[in-house]
Parts: sequence; structure tokens; C-alpha cells
Amino acid sequence: MTLPAIKDDRVARLPVKTRPQAREQAQEKVIALEPEVRRRTDFRALSIAISRTVAPPLIVVLLILTVWQVAFSAPGSSLPPPSEVWAQSRDLIIDPFFVNGSQDIGLGWRVLVSLERVAYGFGLAAVAGVLLGALVGQSVWMMRGLDPVFQVLRTVPPLAWLPISLAAFMDSRPSAIFVIFITAIWPVIINTAAGVRNIPQDYHNVARVLRLNQIEFFFKIMVPAAAPYIFSGLRIGVGLSWLAIVAAEMLTGGVGIGFFIWDAWNSSRLTDIIVALVYIGLVGFVLDRMVGFLGHVVTRGATVS
Amino acid sequence: MNTTYLKLDHIGKTFTRGAQSTEVLRDIRLTIGEGEFVSIIGHSGCGKSTLLNLVAGLIPVSQGAVLLEEREVNEPGPDRAVVFQNHSLLPWLTVYENVNLAVSKVFAGRKTKAERRDWIMENLNLVQMAHARDKRPAEISGGMKQRVGIARALAMEPKILLLDEPFGALDALTRAHLQDQMMEIHSRLGNTVIMITHDVDEAVLLSDRIVMMTNGPAATIGEVLDVPLARPRDRIALAADRTYVHCREAVLKFLYERHRFVEAAE
Repeated sequence: MTLPAIKDDRVARLPVKTRPQAREQAQEKVIALEPEVRRRTDFRALSIAISRTVAPPLIVVLLILTVWQVAFSAPGSSLPPPSEVWAQSRDLIIDPFFVNGSQDIGLGWRVLVSLERVAYGFGLAAVAGVLLGALVGQSVWMMRGLDPVFQVLRTVPPLAWLPISLAAFMDSRPSAIFVIFITAIWPVIINTAAGVRNIPQDYHNVARVLRLNQIEFFFKIMVPAAAPYIFSGLRIGVGLSWLAIVAAEMLTGGVGIGFFIWDAWNSSRLTDIIVALVYIGLVGFVLDRMVGFLGHVVTRGATVS
Repeated sequence: MNTTYLKLDHIGKTFTRGAQSTEVLRDIRLTIGEGEFVSIIGHSGCGKSTLLNLVAGLIPVSQGAVLLEEREVNEPGPDRAVVFQNHSLLPWLTVYENVNLAVSKVFAGRKTKAERRDWIMENLNLVQMAHARDKRPAEISGGMKQRVGIARALAMEPKILLLDEPFGALDALTRAHLQDQMMEIHSRLGNTVIMITHDVDEAVLLSDRIVMMTNGPAATIGEVLDVPLARPRDRIALAADRTYVHCREAVLKFLYERHRFVEAAE
């Protein structure tokens, strides 16, 4: 008699996102079962869920590593195979936060330094971008005047800004931050302006009947109404800043992850570069998802009808 | 009732785009008494929504003036609250927060926080939406949204309530229900109301007077019909009432015999 009950329970609990009703039913059944059985089914369901989402990418990564290993294990090949990366850069892979001296530190520390620069540059770009975007989106004259300028400037590659910012700031740290800022701001401006332009006339009318002033209108209507657009701009912007910081640090030096790659190249530590690339990729991915998640949380229920 | 509360004094509106200008309204003269319920009816495109926007101050008049209590009004304000056709609630705010947006702005410094909360709930109760105070507009039906829109407008304590085809987008049953509710609110609060509509029955059932518009361009008031029906009005009892049938007939005749809809060009 107990066997079918276990089966039912397992089937009901399998999907992670069940409808509330279904979840309630599942919980009711769980209560009726022995604690020991419940723990086992929980574990099974979890392991199946994990294997579904984790197994495919894991298999693909293993496949890539195998192909890479086979392709570059011949003696005298130009790039190191994965086995050599593991052998030579194991300390970087295993412990991101070791400190063995001023220049011999874990990649985690270097990433944090780079992230700090991104935080300043991107933070400034987000604030300035939303304000400028609001201005451009709200006024036809501003748009006519500024939009062509923005459209031209946004195509300038991040590194092209570096010499001029070095000349202006005479220091590498603010220069790197400026490069992040100038790279990330364009998508924020352009998306915010689009969002503000798309605010329905009805919302403007509501604001006018209530006699909201400019500041009230900005915070109570404009920002929430344009939030989906703003966040898609921020998401593009954070991706661009991460692209720009690595390049900027290669030239400005310091402790960041970009400089680490340049330094490793100069000392022919190819395996270290490969590890750093993986770090950069992972951090960029996390940044993108974080902004995406933030946008998802903030704009909840803000679908324009 | 016969004192002049709102006066539309020889109002005209011409829209100009580049070298082209279109005269939408010409020489609108109308006086509305305090507590009166006036409907404006006409074929689509006759400028009745434009007229409402002029009274609301959302667009400026080209000629003439709108006078409220003998003072000219030429910009929007909470003394002329508008219930928009498509509710225009802010989707990121809950029902309560939507009304609160209006209340906290209009009564800033005049009511305490607790008083404002009570006032919001009182208005939500008036339209029977207090139960949905924490719902977002996307989670409630079209009729409910319109009721919240009415609550938001009423909560501004307007001198004049402007309704822009408030029930036009609703199904017949919901519409009837909201019309009854509107009549009840009007009898209880005694607001002055201007309602735009294209529904003859709605106009006759709710109004003290029906303003019938001629067709555009340069539309104007063709005729004003008094509806001498006692309140409270009951839609079922009125269906066979002679005065009701007569009023209905008069509006229909105006709309379909004398000012037939002529917009075949579009």
C-alpha cells in the first residue's frame, strides 16, 4: 500500500515550479508519510532536478575540454592543453583569495579590484544615463539636439577614450573609471529615452490633473513607467563595462584582472591567462544575471497594458 | 441647481499642424449648475472628447473661456478630476497606492496620515473596491479598474467630475452595474458631473440634461434636452416610462435623422 503513495508523492514534487494548488496537494501527502521516506524522496527529487539543469552544460564542457586536450597535447603545440593548465596554475584555480606577496595574489582579489572600478564607473553611468535619458526622452528639442551626438559618440570604442582621459585626469585610476563610464552610459541613455518617450499620454494626463511637479513626476511616474527600458539599458551597460575594464587595465596597470592577463603574457604564463579568461567570463555572466534579476524584481507587475 | 457653476463661454478649438488647421469645435455655449449631471453625446469624431479635455484644461482653448465659479481655468487641476476611458491606473502601484497618489498630493498638509488613509478607504468603499486594496491593476477586471479610477477621481474631492466614456470599454452587464453605482454615488455626494458617452440609454438614464453635438468639423451644440425624470431612477421601471421613452426617442432622432453620421470619406 505504501509503495504507490511514495510514487505519487515523488511525481507530484518533481517540477520545481508547480502551481500553488499542486504544491499544496504534494505537501498534504508528504505529511502522511514517514519522515525517513520523505527525506529520501526529497533528495531524489532534488538530485533529478539538479541533473536536469547541470548535466547538459557539464557534458558539453567535458566534451570541449577533451577536444582541447586532444588537439593541443602534441609536443610543440602553440597553446597549453587543459592538463597543463591544471598542472601549472593549480593555485590560481583552487584558491581565489591567497596572498603570497604584493603582486602574487589570488585572482579573486584582482577581480574585486576590477569590480570596484566597474562599480564606480557603471554606477555613475547609471545615474547620469537615466537623468540624461529622461531629459532627451521628454523634450523634443533636446532629442533633436543631443540624439545625433549620442549616436556618433556611442560608436567610439572604449579604448579610444583612454588616451584622452589619461591626459585629462593625469592618473590611471580615474581614467579607467572614466572609460567604464563613457562605455556604459550610451545604452542607458538611449534605452531610458526610449522608455520615457513611450510613457502613455494617459499617465501624463494623470500627472497633470494631479499637478505633480517635475521631481514628483520623475520619481512617481517616469522612472517606474520606463523601468523595463531602463533595466535593459543597464544590462547592456554592465556587460560593456566589464568588456571595457579588462582592456583599460591592460594599458593602465595596477592590480586588476586585466593587468594580470597583460602581465602573464609578458612573462609567458599562458596557463594563467586561460584561468583568468574563465574568471572574467564567469564574473561577467554573474554581473549580467544580477542586473537582470534586479530588473525582474523591480519591474514586477509593471507590464504596460 | 440653476445657479451657474461651470460656464463654457463661446468656446472654440482649432488644431494647427504646420500650415493645416482644423476647426474642431465652434462657439460652444453651456452653463452647468452645481450638482447637475450633464451628458454630452454625439457621433464619434464630433469633438466631444476634445470638449472634455478643454474643460479639464488638458488642452488649451482657441477661443472663449472655461469659467468655474466665475474664475477662468486654463490648466488642469484636481478640482476637475477626470475618469479616463481606459482607467489609466498606474500598473506598478496597487489599488490603494493608486488612490493614495492622488490623495497624498491633493491633501498634502491638509490631512494627517491617518486621515488620508481613512479617506482612501472611504472612497474605495464607495465603489466597493476596498477588498482589492492590495491588488495591482493587472490582477483585477476591467470593471474593477474603472471603479478604482472613479474612486481616485472622487478622492480628489473635485468640484466637477469629468467622465470620458467611462463605461465604454465594458461589457453590457458590468456597464449596467457601474451605471447604477454611479447614480447612487451622485445621489449621495451630489457632485457636478460631465459625462461623455455614445450610449443613448446611458445618457437618458444618468443625466439631468443631455447635450447633443452636431457632426464635425466645427462641431457645436445642436440641442440640449432636459430629462425630467425623478431620482432615484430604476432602469427596469423606466423601460416603459413615457418620459424616458420620449427622451430616448428625441436623442435618437437627433443623432440618426437630423445629424446622421457622415464620415464615409474615412
